[in-house]
Amino acid sequence: METIAFALLNGLIYGLLLFMLSSGLTLIFSMMGVLNFAHASFYMLGAYFAFTLGNFTGFWVALFLAPILVGLAGAAVERWGLRPVHANGHVAELLFTFGLAYVIEEIVKITWGKVAVPYQVPSALDFPLFELFGSQYPAYRIFMLLISILMLVGLWYLLKRTRIGLIIQAALTHPHMVSHLGHNVPRIFMLVFAAGCALAGLAGVIGGNYLVTEPSMAFAIGPIVFVVVVVGGMGSLEGAFIASLLIGFLQTFAISIDANFADFFGWLGLQATSEVGRITIASLAPMLPFLLLVLMLMLRPRGLMGEREF
Amino acid sequence: MTTALSLREVRKDFGPAKIIQGVSLEIAQGERHAIIGPNGAGKSTLFNLISGLYRPTAGDIRLRGQSIAGIRPYRINRMGLSRSFQVSNIFSNMSVRENVRCGVLWSMGQGYSFWRNIGNLKLVQEKTAHILDSVGLIDKADSPAALLPYADQRTLEIAITIAGGADVILLDEPTAGMSHSETDRAIALIQKATAGKTLLIVEHDMGVVFGLSDRISVLVYGEIIATGAPEEIRGDPRVKEAYLGDEAELPEAVA
Amino acid sequence: MSDQTQNPGLIDLAPTSAQKFTTRLLPLILFAAVLLIIPLLGPSRTAYSLLNAIGINIVFALSYNMLLGQTGLLSFGHAVYFGLGAYAAMHGMNAIEAASFDGGTWALMPVFALPVLGFAGGALAGAVIGWPSCRNAGVPFAMISLGIAELIAAAGFMFVSIFGGEEGISADRMNGIEAFGLSLGPISEVYWFIVFWTLIGVVGMYAFTRTPLGKMGQAVRDNPERVQFVGYDPQRVRYLVFIASGGFAGLAGGMSAVNYEIITPESLSLLPSGFVLLMAYIGGIRYFAGPLLGAIVLTWMQSNLSDFSEAWLLYLGLMFIAIVMYAPGGLFGMVLGFARGIIQPDAAPRLTRWGALSAAAMVTFAGVILLTEVAVSRTSGHVFAPGGLPLPPSSPLSWALGLALLIGGGWAIRHLSQRFAS
Repeated sequence: METIAFALLNGLIYGLLLFMLSSGLTLIFSMMGVLNFAHASFYMLGAYFAFTLGNFTGFWVALFLAPILVGLAGAAVERWGLRPVHANGHVAELLFTFGLAYVIEEIVKITWGKVAVPYQVPSALDFPLFELFGSQYPAYRIFMLLISILMLVGLWYLLKRTRIGLIIQAALTHPHMVSHLGHNVPRIFMLVFAAGCALAGLAGVIGGNYLVTEPSMAFAIGPIVFVVVVVGGMGSLEGAFIASLLIGFLQTFAISIDANFADFFGWLGLQATSEVGRITIASLAPMLPFLLLVLMLMLRPRGLMGEREF
Repeated sequence: MTTALSLREVRKDFGPAKIIQGVSLEIAQGERHAIIGPNGAGKSTLFNLISGLYRPTAGDIRLRGQSIAGIRPYRINRMGLSRSFQVSNIFSNMSVRENVRCGVLWSMGQGYSFWRNIGNLKLVQEKTAHILDSVGLIDKADSPAALLPYADQRTLEIAITIAGGADVILLDEPTAGMSHSETDRAIALIQKATAGKTLLIVEHDMGVVFGLSDRISVLVYGEIIATGAPEEIRGDPRVKEAYLGDEAELPEAVA
Repeated sequence: MSDQTQNPGLIDLAPTSAQKFTTRLLPLILFAAVLLIIPLLGPSRTAYSLLNAIGINIVFALSYNMLLGQTGLLSFGHAVYFGLGAYAAMHGMNAIEAASFDGGTWALMPVFALPVLGFAGGALAGAVIGWPSCRNAGVPFAMISLGIAELIAAAGFMFVSIFGGEEGISADRMNGIEAFGLSLGPISEVYWFIVFWTLIGVVGMYAFTRTPLGKMGQAVRDNPERVQFVGYDPQRVRYLVFIASGGFAGLAGGMSAVNYEIITPESLSLLPSGFVLLMAYIGGIRYFAGPLLGAIVLTWMQSNLSDFSEAWLLYLGLMFIAIVMYAPGGLFGMVLGFARGIIQPDAAPRLTRWGALSAAAMVTFAGVILLTEVAVSRTSGHVFAPGGLPLPPSSPLSWALGLALLIGGGWAIRHLSQRFAS
C-alpha cells in the first residue's frame, strides 16, 4: 500500500514533467514535421539558465526568466537554423537538430563544466510537507505538481480559448490548410517552436534541481521524450498526455517492484541463480519506454491517439 | 471475346464519404477504354482501386478472371497490369535509362538478386534500349530524370509503365499539361506502345479520348452513368447533362 | 518515335570500357596502391593504429551509407550491427584460443578470417531486427532504430555471460592457424589484415550498388510508391538491403575485434551510432566514396584533435551543421565540385569567387575557434596562445578579438554571396 501510494504520486509528478517536455515537441512535430532532436537540449538549457540566473536573482525570478530566455534561443534556432534547412526536407531538418543537440551539449560543457552544477531546490521549499505511512514527503515535489497543473491549465486555455490556439489546433490535424487561410505560416512556426522550447525550458527549471543538472541530462531524457510523442500519436496533445503519464507510472512502478524474473517465471523452471532469473524488474525500468516505442511502431504506427500516420 | 478486366459493384468509402458507389465495368482483351468525367468524380480513386493502392470497401475486381481486389500493387503488377500516374512519378535522382531499367528488371526475372552485375545483363540492357528507342528518349538516356523537360517526363512516365511488358495498361491523364504538338506525339506514342494490349485511360482532353478509344465510360459522383462507343456517348443526353458546363466542348473537340 | 534503329540489339547504352576503367577501376586501383605503399614509408606505431582505425571506420561508414545514401533509411542505431558482429568475432576468437589447447573444429578457423563471422553476426541481427523496422522509411524507421539501439545496449549490460558487462570481453588474436604467414602480433601485421578486409568491404559494397537489388534500393529511396508498380515490394527491398548493410557493419565489427582485442557493450550504444552517421554525412552520402572520405577525416580528427582541444566535438558538431545547411553533398561533393570547376571553362572568375568565400569562411571559423578555446581555457588553465600571442580569458581583448573575427567573417560571407548571386 505504502509503495503503491508513493509510486502513484511520484509517477504522476514524473509523468507531468514528461508532458511539459513533450507537449512542445508534439506541437512542433505535428505542425512542422520536425522531430526536434535538440528538444531535450532546451530542457537542459532551462536548468542551466535557472542555475546561473538564480545566483543573481534568486529562484523565483529565474523561474520566469529562464524559460523566456530558452524560448528566445528556440526562436533564433528556428529563424536562422531550421527555416533555411526546411527546403531540403524532413530528413535534413532532423539531421540539423541532431547536430544542434551535439553542439548545445558541448557549449554547455565549455560554459558550465563537465560535471554537475550545484543547482539546488530553493530553501523556501526545502522541507517535508506531510508524512505518508511514516515517510516524509518533500514539499518541492508538490510544488512541481502545482507548476505542472498550472501549465496544463494554461496550455488548455491557450489552445481552446484563444484565436492563435484555434489556428494551432487546425494546423495540428491539417498542416496544409493553415497557409490557405492566409496566415503567416513561418511566423506561427517560429512562435510554436519558441513556445515549445520555453515549455521544455520550464521543465528544466523545475526538474533540474530536483534531479541533477549536468551536460548529459539532455541525452538521458531526450529519447524518452521521443517515445512519448510517438506513442501518444501524431497531432494529439491528449495522446502525449496519456503517454507521459503511462511512462511516468510504468517507470516508477517498475523501480519500486522488488522482484526478479525468477519470482515471476519460476513456474516455468527459471532459477533465481540463473542469469535471466536474476534480472530484477527494477533494472528493466530504463528499457520499458523503448520497448513500448518499438512495440507501438510495429503494432500501431499511428500511436495511441494519432490522427494520421507519420 | 475474353474479358481482360472486370469490376463488379466496386465501392470505396473514406469514412463517411462514398467516393466510388458501385461501379461495374467489363473491358475486353485488346479494348481501348476511356473513362471521362468531371473533376472529383473518382477517376483517380478508381485507378487506385484497380492497381491495388486502395482496397475496395465492397465488390470485386478481376484481372483475366482472377480476383485482384485487396491484393498488393506489386503482385497485381506481376500479374500483368501496369499503371501510370497523373503527376509524374519517376525516380528523380536516377538517369532516364536507369528509370526504364527499373521497370524492366522484374519482368526479366531479375527479382531481388544481389549476385549479378546489372551492367552484364545483356537482355535487360537490350530491352531497356529498345523501349527508350521506341518512345524517343534514347538521346536523353543518360540525363538525370529530374532535369528532363515536362513533356519528356510524361513520356518517361509512360515508358516506365510499359517497360515491364504488362498487357493491361492504365494511363492516368497522360497528356495533362501538354501543348497541342506534344499531345499529338503522345497519342501516337500511346497508340504504338499499347498496340495489341488492353488500355484503360483517364483523360480530360476530349480529342484524345474520342480519337483513341473503342469505348468510353462516363463516371459522375462515383457512378458510371453511361458506357458505350464514342458515338453513343456523344449523343447521350445524361452525359450532356453531367457535362453541363462543358457542353460546348464535347462536339467541338470531337470534330 | 524514331524508327531509325530496326534492330534494338545494336544499341549499346552501356559506358565504354575506357569509361568504366576511369570511373570504376582506376579509383579502386589508386586506393589499393596507396594502401600498399604506406608501409614502405615506415609509419610509426601511432600512425599504424590510426590507419587501422580508419580502415575499420571506412567499412562501417560505407555500410551505413547503404542505408542512408543508397536506400533512404535514416538509422540512429547502426552500431548495433557493428557491435554484434564484433561480439560474434570475439567469441570466435576465444573459441579459437580454447581449440588451440583442446582441439576441435574451431582450430581450423584462422583469426584472420574472423570478419566473416562478424559479417554473419551483423547480417543475422539485421535479419531478425529488420523486418518490422523496414515497413516505412522516414521518421518511423529512424525511431524504431533508436528504440532498438537503446534496448540492445541496455541488454548488453544486462547479460554478462554474452556481453561481459561493463568491462566487456577480450581475447587474444595470436592463436590458431596463421593465414598468409601473418602472426597478427605486431601492429604492422594487423595492418595487412585491415587492408585485406577494407578492400573486400569496399569492393563488395561497390559491387552491391551495381546489382539489381542495389539499383532497386536507389529506386526505393527516390520513390517507394512507384517501385510497387514495377513489380517490387519496397519493404522487401529495404529489408534485404538492411541485412546486407548489417552484414558489412558486422564485418567492420569483426575487424575491430581483431584489431583491439576487446569489445564492450558501450560499442552497441547511441554514441557510436551517432558517430557513424556523422562520418557518412560529413563525407557526403550522395556519393559512394563520400563516407570513405568522411571516415578518413573524422577518424583523423578523433585521434588528433581530441588531444589538441577539449572542444573538438563542438567543432565536429558545427562542421556537421554547416554541411547540413550549406553543402548537402558533403566534403566529397565539395572536392568534386572544385575539381569540375577547374576543368570547366572560365575557371578563373569562379576560383576567385570560391577563394574569397573560403577566406571569409576561414575567418569566421577562426573566430569560433578563438572564442571556444578562450572559453575552454577558463577551466583548463592553459592559456590559449595562437602563434605565441597569449589570449587570457580574463582579458576582454581576447573575447573582443574572437567576436570581431566571427562577425567580420560572417558579414563578409553574406556580402560576398549576395554580390556573386547578382
